[in-house]
This record gives sequence, C-alpha cells and structure tokens, in this order.
Amino acid sequence: MEHVAVNPWVALAYLIAGVCFILALRGLSSPTTSQRGNRFGMIGMGIAVVTTLVTHVPVTTTLIEGYDYAALIARIDYVAALEIVAAIAIGAVIGITTARRIAMTAMPQLVAAFHSLVGLAAVLVAAAAFLNPIAFGIARILVDPLSGTPLAYILPVSRIEMGLGVAIGAITFSGSVIAFLKLNGNMGGAPIMLPARHVINLSVLAAILALVAYFTVDQSPWVFWTITILSFAIGFLLIIPIGGADMPVVVSMLNSYSGWAAAAMGFTLHNSAMIITGALVGSSGAILSYIMCRAMNRSFISVIAGGFGSAPEAGAGGAAKVDRPWKRGSAEDAAFLMSQAEQVIIVPGYGMAVAQAQHVLREMADKLKEHGVRVKYAIHPVAGRMPGHMNVLLAEANVPYDEVFELEDINSEFAQTDVAFVIGANDVTNPAAKTDKTSPIYGMPVLDVEKAKTVLFVKRSMGGVGYAGVDNDVFYMDNTMMLLADAKKMVEEIVKSLD
Amino acid sequence: MDFIAILSIFVLACFVGYYVVWSVTPALHTPLMAVTNAISSVIIVGALIASAAAGSTWGKWLGLLAVVLASVNIFGGFAVTSRMLAMYKKKERPAVAKH
Repeated sequence: MEHVAVNPWVALAYLIAGVCFILALRGLSSPTTSQRGNRFGMIGMGIAVVTTLVTHVPVTTTLIEGYDYAALIARIDYVAALEIVAAIAIGAVIGITTARRIAMTAMPQLVAAFHSLVGLAAVLVAAAAFLNPIAFGIARILVDPLSGTPLAYILPVSRIEMGLGVAIGAITFSGSVIAFLKLNGNMGGAPIMLPARHVINLSVLAAILALVAYFTVDQSPWVFWTITILSFAIGFLLIIPIGGADMPVVVSMLNSYSGWAAAAMGFTLHNSAMIITGALVGSSGAILSYIMCRAMNRSFISVIAGGFGSAPEAGAGGAAKVDRPWKRGSAEDAAFLMSQAEQVIIVPGYGMAVAQAQHVLREMADKLKEHGVRVKYAIHPVAGRMPGHMNVLLAEANVPYDEVFELEDINSEFAQTDVAFVIGANDVTNPAAKTDKTSPIYGMPVLDVEKAKTVLFVKRSMGGVGYAGVDNDVFYMDNTMMLLADAKKMVEEIVKSLD
Repeated sequence: MDFIAILSIFVLACFVGYYVVWSVTPALHTPLMAVTNAISSVIIVGALIASAAAGSTWGKWLGLLAVVLASVNIFGGFAVTSRMLAMYKKKERPAVAKH
C-alpha cells in the first residue's frame, strides 16, 4: 500500500479514542452511569483531536521526512496553526452557546441541525482530500508520459471511499436541512409529493452509484462534483415527501447516515477512531429508526417512500363520527376522582410539551402524592418528536425517572389503575389500533388506557384529530371524562382544586 | 493498515455498536442521539489534516470551514448531552451511601 507509514503510538491513540466512544454509549444504559459515559466521550474526542494536532502540525512544505522533529519544528507554519486554533474556538463558542440556550422542546430541531453540520463537514473533508490527496496519503505521484508534468494519482480504493463519503455526507446535509425546516415550522409538515418521485429518486441514486464506480477509472473533477451535487439533490428529494408524523424516523435515519459518512472518511484516512465511531453511530441511528418504525407499525420502506399523514384522508375519517355522545368533566371532578384514587397513570404526549404543561403536571403529581395516591407516567415510544423526547421533557420538569415507564413495562397495569390521565396524547391511546383493521394505525402498539376505571382525557376541543387523522373511541366511552381546555390551564385548575 | 484490517475493525465495531445501543435505556434515547452526534464529529480529524496541509489553498480553507462545523457539533453536542443528563434524577429518598 502507498499509505504514509503510521507511527504505532498514533494508531494506538486513535484506538483508545474509539474505545472511549464505545464506553460513552455504554454509559447510557442507565441514568446513573450516563454522565460518566458522556465524560468518556469528551476524553475520546480530546485524544483524537490532540493526536491529530500533534501529528499534523501545519508545515510550509508537503515533504514528509520521517520523524526528524528538529527539522519539523523549523518548518512549522505558525499562521496556519493559529487559524486552526481560531476555527476550533469559533466552533466551541457557537456550539456551547447554542447548547445552553436551546429549549428542550426544540431538541429535535437542534439534533437535525447538528446532523446537517456533520454531513457538510464530511463533504468538505472529502472535497479537501480530493483537492489535496497527497496530504491525506491516498495518492501516488505519477509523471504524465505525454506532457511530463507530475500528477497525483488517487488510489482506486480511496476513490470509492471518497465518493461514498461525499455522497453520504451530502445526503445527510440536505436531508437534515429539510428535516430541520419541517421540525422548526419554517416549512409545512405536510408531505410534498412530486409526480413520479420514486422513478426520479431511484434514477438519481443509480446515477450516483454509477458515477462512484466510474470515479475509480477517471479521477476528473467533474465526476467528483457531479456526485456531490446529485447527492445534495437526492437528500432533498428523499425528505420532502415525508410527513411530520414520521419525522422521528427521519431524524434517527439521518443520525445513522452521519455515522456512515464518518466511517467512509475513516476508511479514506485509515483512522480507527473514525471507523469505530462511524460504526457505532451508524448502528445507533439504524436501531432507533427500527424502534420508531415498530412503535408506529410502519415498515421502514413505507416511511421512506413518504406521503403519510396527507390532509384529504384525515378529513373524511373524522367527519363521519362527529355526533356520538360524550361526557364533559370539570377540573373539580378530575381533582376529586384522582385524589380518591389508589393509583393514577399519567399519559403525556407532545401536546403537553406544546402547552408547556410539564411543570404544572409535576406539581399536580406532587399534590396527589400528598393525598397518598401512587403516580406513574406511561410513555409511548413515539410520544414527542424524537426517540426519548418525552422522557427528557419530564426530566426537565423534575419528574423522577423511576416514576416514568415504557409502554411494555406499564401496559398491563392499566387494568388495576383507578385513573388514566391522558394529556396531549391521542393516537397512542386509540384502541382502534387493536380492533379496527381498516384504521390507518391498525397494528400500532398502543397504551391500554381504556382498561382503567376512569379515563380523564385533556384535549383542547372535540374537533381536532391526532397526527394520523383518526377518531378515538376512548372519547365516547362511559368511563371517559373529557376535560376540554388548554392543557396547562386545565392542570393549573386541577392543582388549585386539590388544595 | 491494509484494507482488510480496517474492514475488520469496521465490521466488528458494527457488532459492538449493535449490542451497546440495544442496551441503552429508552429513556435516554434523546441524549443518545445528541452524544452520537457529538462523537460522529470525530470527522474533525480529517478536517484538521486538510487545514494543516500545505499544497492546496482551496483544500486548506475547506478544511478550516469543516473544523468550525465539526467543532460546533463537538462542543454543542457534548454540552447539550450533559445538560440533559443532569436533569435525570431519582426519587428523593434518604441518601444511601454507596460503597
């Protein structure tokens, strides 16, 4: 191989960084070890960055003369070194300020924005490697037999890695930008359907793969840049037809892509830290996408194909059943019922977070505990806008994590529960998912709230339907009491009545 | 390292990733995404190499821009993860001394 000889200590340092990243994810197996895990991540990153800075000191010439440090120091380019430190510092200031200010409800947007940065950075690194392959140790100098000029001949394996790296990076970037705009509300959540989009998408993907293959025999700039541009386009085309309800899957999928992009660049640079990280992040995103799809009973392919949650179907399903009788309750009724209960299970959904009701909800739970009521929270995997989002929002409101349960751990308890308090959730409680084969959400695992003695359902009005656009039979059951109001106001009133 | 050696690391790391990620508690899936985001910015290694290399002005500036982007992600990702993790608390009980 033509690669620059690697100092074994350097390779070892990158390997240690990779192991630190594994430990970082391992720490997340429990909240008690998670902070330590995060510190492992920081240490790993520190090792990787310092190792690179030390072994790639900016120098005024490209010649590599082994490890003659005296000669190296004489050639250090201090201006370039300063520029690098400044670039890191600028990034640090922007990153830390954003991380401190961001509201927890806006986490999905932030994560999408961060994914887009990884994608763009991968594109830039691949482009830099293409422009200066000698510096990356992926090229051999050949002399053109006709003109006699020296030419950097990029190794074919590296061309494939580079081509794939830039393609995945570009898809991650443009896809994440669209996901960000949809989650942040700058762009409607409704899917945008182009005619013949499957044909367009598949041909663009085929063209990208064909060009990556062609790149191995022709390293002309046009091949590289066409791959880049087509990949930006396909990222955009893939995400615009996907509706708002499927965004948790999209965010997880882009998480996975950002990992594969890092892995592809790791292959180019023969860097074990990047390869290990890429594999970890790639599998993490893939597993989260799988968990989200399973929680919605959708296949990954149908999510990617897009179009779910389009407006017309929604109107038809809801209108047919408008005139069924239902019971309305007041805050006092709710307070009385819950204070008499032995156990209350709170089922929060994204609507709770939108109304910013999580803090007052925790106050309500505290009051109930004073009355001797056992309070638990039941979280559906797709509650919120990204995996685990609801857990973070409850944690922010100081809800102890050992009172918060996942669907499969708590579902059997509803039958022995006096009150199920549903707030800001809808589809995830809909029994039609279990019984009605024609329902769009049929087969989706749901929380069995209807089995509780009483269901208290906080909802803004009877008109609105959930994300999936289907009516919920729970509203019309004898043991259900609808609490129609803004979630936050309703809970505040309940808290007052509990005094 | 030859291609097969790196490929071996990659394939084994995929298996490690698979088992480690399944053991992450669902309650921490959002911090998981934030921290994977931060660590995937290890791509900064490539950006640093590009920006330190002489020989291509364009390559150097693209590298520097990539350093800024990756560093936003690294610092932002770890900071936001640690902010989230700090919020996860257990029920307040009389403190039990560990070890």
